[in-house]
Amino acid sequence: MNQTQAVTRVAMPLAPSDLHVTDPEPTPHQKAMIRNVDFFYDNFQALKNISLPLHDKRVTAFIGPSGCGKSTLLRILNRIYQLYPGQRATGEVLVDGENILAPGLDLNLLRAKIGMVFQKPTPFPMSIYDNIAFGIRLYERLTRSELDDRIEAALRRAALWDEVKDKLRQSGLSLSGGQQQRLCIARAVAVQPEILLLDEPASALDPLSTQRIEELIAELKADYCIAIVTHNMQQAARSSDYTAFMYIGELIEFDETERIFTHPKQKHTEDYITGRFG
Amino acid sequence: MDMYARRRIVNGLVMALSVIATAFGLLWLVLVLWTLLENGIAAITPALFSQMTPPPGSAGGLLNAIFGSVVMTLIATLIGTPTGILAGTFLAEYSRGSRFGEVVRFINDILLSAPSIIVGLFVYEIVVVPMGHFSAWAGAVALAIIVIPVVVRTTEDMLNLVPNALREAAAALGSPKWKVIVMVSYRAAIQGMVTGVMLAVARIAGETAPLLFTALNNQFWSTDLNAPMANLPVVIFQFAMSPYADWQVLAWGGALLITITVLFLNIGARMLASWSTFKP
Repeated sequence: MNQTQAVTRVAMPLAPSDLHVTDPEPTPHQKAMIRNVDFFYDNFQALKNISLPLHDKRVTAFIGPSGCGKSTLLRILNRIYQLYPGQRATGEVLVDGENILAPGLDLNLLRAKIGMVFQKPTPFPMSIYDNIAFGIRLYERLTRSELDDRIEAALRRAALWDEVKDKLRQSGLSLSGGQQQRLCIARAVAVQPEILLLDEPASALDPLSTQRIEELIAELKADYCIAIVTHNMQQAARSSDYTAFMYIGELIEFDETERIFTHPKQKHTEDYITGRFG
Repeated sequence: MDMYARRRIVNGLVMALSVIATAFGLLWLVLVLWTLLENGIAAITPALFSQMTPPPGSAGGLLNAIFGSVVMTLIATLIGTPTGILAGTFLAEYSRGSRFGEVVRFINDILLSAPSIIVGLFVYEIVVVPMGHFSAWAGAVALAIIVIPVVVRTTEDMLNLVPNALREAAAALGSPKWKVIVMVSYRAAIQGMVTGVMLAVARIAGETAPLLFTALNNQFWSTDLNAPMANLPVVIFQFAMSPYADWQVLAWGGALLITITVLFLNIGARMLASWSTFKP
């Protein structure tokens, strides 16, 4: 098949009303809608006219070769890109109907609502307890025992409680890589966000830790709208409900994960998934 | 001669020259320290720490000078540390890539290498002349001006070592910027920043030139910050230049005292730096 045809982007994002949607659950709620988003690093355009929905209580995976813009897209969703001058996004990202790219929006409140876990574990240089209390204390005044409960709940949620319950006062840096990453997930979950963004959360971890993180994602899905960027195709296939394949700043195909991995519509997607890239 | 043999000879030659150069440099350092020990050790007596600087020909110690040095160094550190840390924070956290930040950094580097006698003259003009007399305050201000660029530089360098991922992680929780800096960046960089302050203290502990024009000297015990105050470097300068043997012995003792203090400050700074979370 001819290459140019393969790179044409999907004209319309997948709507839950599309006939081929085979999600067994009743129509999943559309938590966020990305609409005609462009992104620029100074004058370089890194994303071109991206449109797709993110469903609540579902995992949406973003795959594609390095530099395709999947991490960039994730970084738009909590506007963390705005820490750096010269980066800007245009278009709309509607979260529960509100455009979060609108100027004047309170970024701190937005980020409290949309949690993020990064590629490398980033425990703060403080105790395990304080790592998690940090985010909670930003927006809530809790009594000591309420805070204790919240921290325990978050650590249980991240499947870390049993390993750290006797050393909550130790430095977060004393944990292993996999534990540190689960600490970061606990930290993100503790502030009770609505959307969870995972930027290659397992790429720096060993297979066993990776498996734990994937199990965790499967559990967290019950409560959150999750977007995950991954280089690992098996991981996308295993842990996501929807998959978006991106290539050089464009969204090539977006569909249910099963469909993407069994009957991709685009030749380009098929080539990438089967490892015959190019 | 083949290339390999040639290379070996050149290698041996360069190696020998490097070793000789190193030994040459170290030789003087050892000689200085040895002379200092040999002449100064005799002056390290209880009297040195308990008696005032004497008039020529009578016994005494350096108590007023030690006190003055400690007081002025302390005030200078109290002025210079917050200023330097805040300015360093501005450079590392707020002005990245901005033109203004670059200009501030450049000027700070000039200040960092400015001869200390210029700082002394500057403070003489803006503090001593309007006040009409020498004072401990003027001395402390002069020393603070030397502390500031050192602390600015180390604070900025240490904060730059904190990975951006850590700042992003804190910001992604909805943390305002000032909280990211205070709770995360400072915590990650604290050892390096303390090291910088210690090195700055070590630097001003032996500065003579800025004090000559500002705090001057005082033969007697004085705790008045508005009056001239004795201090080790100027006393050493005065006593060492004098023709009196007992003054010269005290000068040696004072020099040894400063050297030991600076040595311990440097060792302490190095130990702190080696425990640091993020190594330079």
